[in-house]
Amino acid sequence: MSERVAVRKTYKLFIGGKFPRSESGRSYLVQSSNVSLASRKDARDAVVAARAAVKGWAGATAYNRGQILYRAAEMLEGRREQFVALGIPGDEVDAAVDRWVWYAGWADKLAQVYGGANPVAGPYFNISAPEPTGVVAVVAPERPALLGLVSVIAPAIVTGNTVVVAASPSEPLAAVTLAEVLATSDLPGGVVNILTGAITETAPTLAAHMDVNAIDLTGVTDASLATDLEVKAAENLKRVLRPASGAADWFADPGLARMTALLETKTVWHPKGV
Amino acid sequence: MTATTTSARSELSELGRSETALRTFLHGLPGVDQVGAEQRAAQLGTRSIKTTAKAQAIDLAIRMVDLTTLEGADTPGKVRALAAKALRPDPADPSCPHVGAVCVYPAMVPYVAEVLRGSGVHLASVATAFPSGQAPLEIKLADTRAAVAAGADEIDMVINRGAFLAGRYKEVYDEIVATKEASGDAHLKVILETGELATYDNVRRASWLAMLAGGDFIKTSTGKVPVAATMPVTLVMLEAVRDFRAATGRQVGVKPAGGIKTTKDAIKYLVMVNETVGPDWLDPDWFRFGASSLLNDLLMQRTKLTTGTYSGPDYFTLD
Repeated sequence: MSERVAVRKTYKLFIGGKFPRSESGRSYLVQSSNVSLASRKDARDAVVAARAAVKGWAGATAYNRGQILYRAAEMLEGRREQFVALGIPGDEVDAAVDRWVWYAGWADKLAQVYGGANPVAGPYFNISAPEPTGVVAVVAPERPALLGLVSVIAPAIVTGNTVVVAASPSEPLAAVTLAEVLATSDLPGGVVNILTGAITETAPTLAAHMDVNAIDLTGVTDASLATDLEVKAAENLKRVLRPASGAADWFADPGLARMTALLETKTVWHPKGV
Repeated sequence: MTATTTSARSELSELGRSETALRTFLHGLPGVDQVGAEQRAAQLGTRSIKTTAKAQAIDLAIRMVDLTTLEGADTPGKVRALAAKALRPDPADPSCPHVGAVCVYPAMVPYVAEVLRGSGVHLASVATAFPSGQAPLEIKLADTRAAVAAGADEIDMVINRGAFLAGRYKEVYDEIVATKEASGDAHLKVILETGELATYDNVRRASWLAMLAGGDFIKTSTGKVPVAATMPVTLVMLEAVRDFRAATGRQVGVKPAGGIKTTKDAIKYLVMVNETVGPDWLDPDWFRFGASSLLNDLLMQRTKLTTGTYSGPDYFTLD
C-alpha cells in the first residue's frame, strides 16, 4: 500500500463566519504554511460583514453574549494541543482561556458597574447605560500571538461591538486557528472577522473607512504609521485606542479599560410614577 | 427576424387584428436555449470593470435609476424627500448626476411633480391596478388617465398575466393598446412580471407582444413577487428589443426592476446591454434600473472612487 500523504492546510481569512481566500488571490509563507495576504478589498468586505452583524450581536442579551463567549473558551480549551503544536507555549494558551472566561463573565456585569442612576433634582429618573460603539477595527499585537489576540478581541465583542482584526503578520497561524474556535462556538458570523497579511495594507483602509466606529491601534509599533492612522480615523471621529508607550505585560490583570474604551454612554430620563 | 422590408413591417402591425395571427406569430418565435442564456448571462457577469471605466459606468447607472417607492406606507413627505434625493443624489458632490426618474403610485404623483417640475428628471407612475393587474379594464384605464393628469410623464403598466398565461394574447394586446392610448404623450413601460411567466419562451413572447402593441419600454418585474429581475431574463428581453428593431426599425427600451442592489450587479447589466444590443441602448432613454437601495450603493462606490476612502450607509439617506 502506498504511503499516506498528509492533507496540508491553507490558512485563510475569516470574514462573515466563512473562511474565504483573499480576494486578491495572494498568499505568503509562515512556518511553511500558506497564509492569505489580505487586500484592502478584503478589509472592505470584512467591514460589511461586521456592520451586518452589529444589529443581532448588540441586540442579543448580555447574558446570551456571555454564554457564547464562555462556549468559545470551552472550545479554546479543547484545542489546547493544536495551539501548542503551532508553537504557542502551554501557559500562554491557559492564560488565553482564562482571559476569555474572565471577559465572558463581564458580559452581564459591566452595565451595573459602569452604568447607573444619576441623581437629579426633578420628578424623573435619569439613567446612564453603556452601549456598544459598533464596528471596531483592531490591529492585534505582534506577540504574544494568542494571548495578545484574545486580549484585544474579547473586550471589544463582550459589550456588543463587532470587530475586524488585522492579525499579527508574523504569527497569523494562531489567529486563524482562533477563528476556527470562534466559528464553532455559536458566535454569529461577522462578529469577529480576521484578516491576515500586511498591517500597512489593511490598517489604513480600516482607519479611513467611514463605516468603522472605533479603531484599536494596540499592535501598531511604527510611531509614524500610528500617527497616520489616527489622522485617517479623525475623518469620521472614530474612537481611537492608542498603542501603549512601553512594552505591555499581557499576563497582568487587564482591568476594565479595554472594554470601557469602546463604549458609548446612553443617558435617558424617565418620569416617575404618580 | 431580420426582415426590414415595409411589407414585413405592415405584416407585424396587422398581427393585433386577430387572436389566431397573434398566437401563430408568438408561438412561431424561436425557443430560448435556457442553458445557453443562463451561461451567457453568467459569463457576461465575470467582466472586470475598473477605474475610469467604472467611474463612467457608475455615473451612467445613476442616470439610469428609476428611484422607486411603492409601499402602502408612502406619504407625501416621504415621496417629496425621495424626489429631492432624485434631483441631487449626493448633496456633497455637485458633479453627481441626477437619476433618470422617480417612480411612485398614482396617488403620490402630484407631490412628486411639485418637486421635479422643470428638472429633467422624469416622473413615472405605476398604473393599471399595479401590481396584480387584476381589475376591470375601465378601472385600469381610469387609473392611467389619473396618473397622467396628475403629472406623470411615464406610465408603468402591468400586463394581464392571467390572460397571457391562459393564452388569450389578443386580450393582453388590446389592453396594452388601450393603455397606450390612455397614456397619451406619456411613455409607456410594460411590466411583464417575468417571475410569474415561468419560462424564457414566455418572456420572449410577452416581450414581443408588448412591443407589437406599442410599448415604449419593456420592464421585467413589479418587485412585488419573490423572483424579480435576473440576468438571463433581461438577456432574453434585450435580444427581443434588438430583433424588434431589426424587424421594424423602432427602438424599445428595457428596464430590469427588483433585486438589483449593488453597483457590481448594475455594472454587470450594463456590460450585458453593451454586448447584446450595443451602445445605442446605453442611455437613460433606453435602459433603466428600477431600484431604490441600488442608488445608495452607487453613491458609496462613487464616493470611494472620488475620495479614495470607503464610505458607509450612515452618510446617505435611507429610503
